[in-house]
Amino acid sequence: MGDVAAKDDIYPMALQVLGELGGLDILVNNASDLGPAPLALLGDTECEDFERALATNVLGPFRLTKALLGALAASARQGRGAVVLNVSSDAAVNAYPTWGAYSASKAALRHLTQIWDAEVSEHGVRCLSVDPGDMDTPLHALAAPDADRSTLKRPDAAARELLDVIAEILSTSRAQLKLSPTEGLDKSDEQRGAA
Amino acid sequence: MSPARLLIIDARHGLRHIAREKLVDVLRAGDLVVANDAATLPASLHGTHVRTGEPIEVRLAGRASLSPELADFSAVVFGAGDFHTKTEDRPPPPMLARGDELALGPLPATVTGLLGHPRLISLHFASSPDEIWSGIAHHGRPVQYAHAPTPLALWDVWTPIASPPVAFEPPSASFALDWQMIAALRARNIGFATITHAAGISSTGDSELDDRLPLDEPYEVTLSTARAIAHARSSGGRIVAIGTTVVRALEHSARNDGTVHAGPGLATGRVGRGTRLRVVDAILTGVHERGTSHYELLRAFADDPTLSSAAEVLAAHGYRPHEFGDSVLVIHADPLIAAAGM
Repeated sequence: MGDVAAKDDIYPMALQVLGELGGLDILVNNASDLGPAPLALLGDTECEDFERALATNVLGPFRLTKALLGALAASARQGRGAVVLNVSSDAAVNAYPTWGAYSASKAALRHLTQIWDAEVSEHGVRCLSVDPGDMDTPLHALAAPDADRSTLKRPDAAARELLDVIAEILSTSRAQLKLSPTEGLDKSDEQRGAA
Repeated sequence: MSPARLLIIDARHGLRHIAREKLVDVLRAGDLVVANDAATLPASLHGTHVRTGEPIEVRLAGRASLSPELADFSAVVFGAGDFHTKTEDRPPPPMLARGDELALGPLPATVTGLLGHPRLISLHFASSPDEIWSGIAHHGRPVQYAHAPTPLALWDVWTPIASPPVAFEPPSASFALDWQMIAALRARNIGFATITHAAGISSTGDSELDDRLPLDEPYEVTLSTARAIAHARSSGGRIVAIGTTVVRALEHSARNDGTVHAGPGLATGRVGRGTRLRVVDAILTGVHERGTSHYELLRAFADDPTLSSAAEVLAAHGYRPHEFGDSVLVIHADPLIAAAGM
């Protein structure tokens, strides 16, 4: 479909998603870039590696959320709710040596997500970041080639957990959206009709 | 570019100039703002007329429904060249016949009909929905305007509320909206709702063809929007349409009692002088020239002397026309709420 790190790919991606689906309820930003591989001290980190991590982990999710915000808000207005889930990491809150580029980008994404949520939750769109834990992914292999893979979470199990989080938020949102003044009025209309 | 301006044309209270970002100040608690949330397709597809090998530009211009699986479009065709050349100076399109194949980048297409004008055809894409959307996303370009200094990118023609990509040109009045304004509406208890309307091309550069505009346009009014309209009207609020496409959709979906039918529809015919508006009390739109279908629609909201004096004021004060320029808000002389309140 496209590269979230590439500015020119964002709108064509949004177009294909909205064209084929007709709208959007849930956006999951899960593409991530580690930065330097193998991991490196900040003093040894190439600027280009840091820039690529920021483009993939921060700017991409920002641009894609912005391009799709109209669709997400439309879904919320129709009572279905809308969720943006950004995949985070414990590196977003902890300062691990050699994880500088990745960690700083994930910290930025986490903060960005909180501000998105503060700004768009009034329109019925919820934004949150979730740390799925250490997963058995190519990115983890790049960061820790010697890790015991049997101790890592399977990506499909992590995806299932994220889905459960999304389902719970949507269910809460839908209950709240039903309490909006318009819906309230509608209920009384129905009662009047029945009476 | 200087901030956009807005001329309030209130048939009862005269004319008033404000900054467009202050639109919220002329609305009241209980009013409902309705906008078109259609995103814009990159509808211009360059390619080759296979039988003659001649270059061709196809501009997708119409569709029968909003279905995402749609593979049939009406289209306006042009010969060699692109938007840098004035339409009237471009060579005519190759002579097309039903069944002709077009190679439009990655998208093979078949001419399925000629629609009574050498430039207007119907077109079928035989590819899967996935291939069609990928092809349009990667090969299509937004329809360009001679007055725009640089070619428009997709992000230039999507409004802040853009959702399903079904419009062929931007529902440009929605460029007046931003999230700051939508939050301000909410803070003042002014409603905000959307419809989806496949806005078609507004001009082709061919006067004979332009006389046939707007083409029939599919739209959808969601249940939540129909309810919001009913709620606003029953409590004395005005319905403020952001753009002509909203007026076209809502008035087409209206029943005689002013309630709006939720669901899909196909807007046919024109709104203009003599149209009895049943739903919409005011319209925010661009500065349109007399004689265009957009200007014609305003005659349903205000009489000719009012619109004429407004046109003089717009010219005298240098209001910018076109899709990305300044705006007018025309408030109906006889607000529907007077009737709805009974």
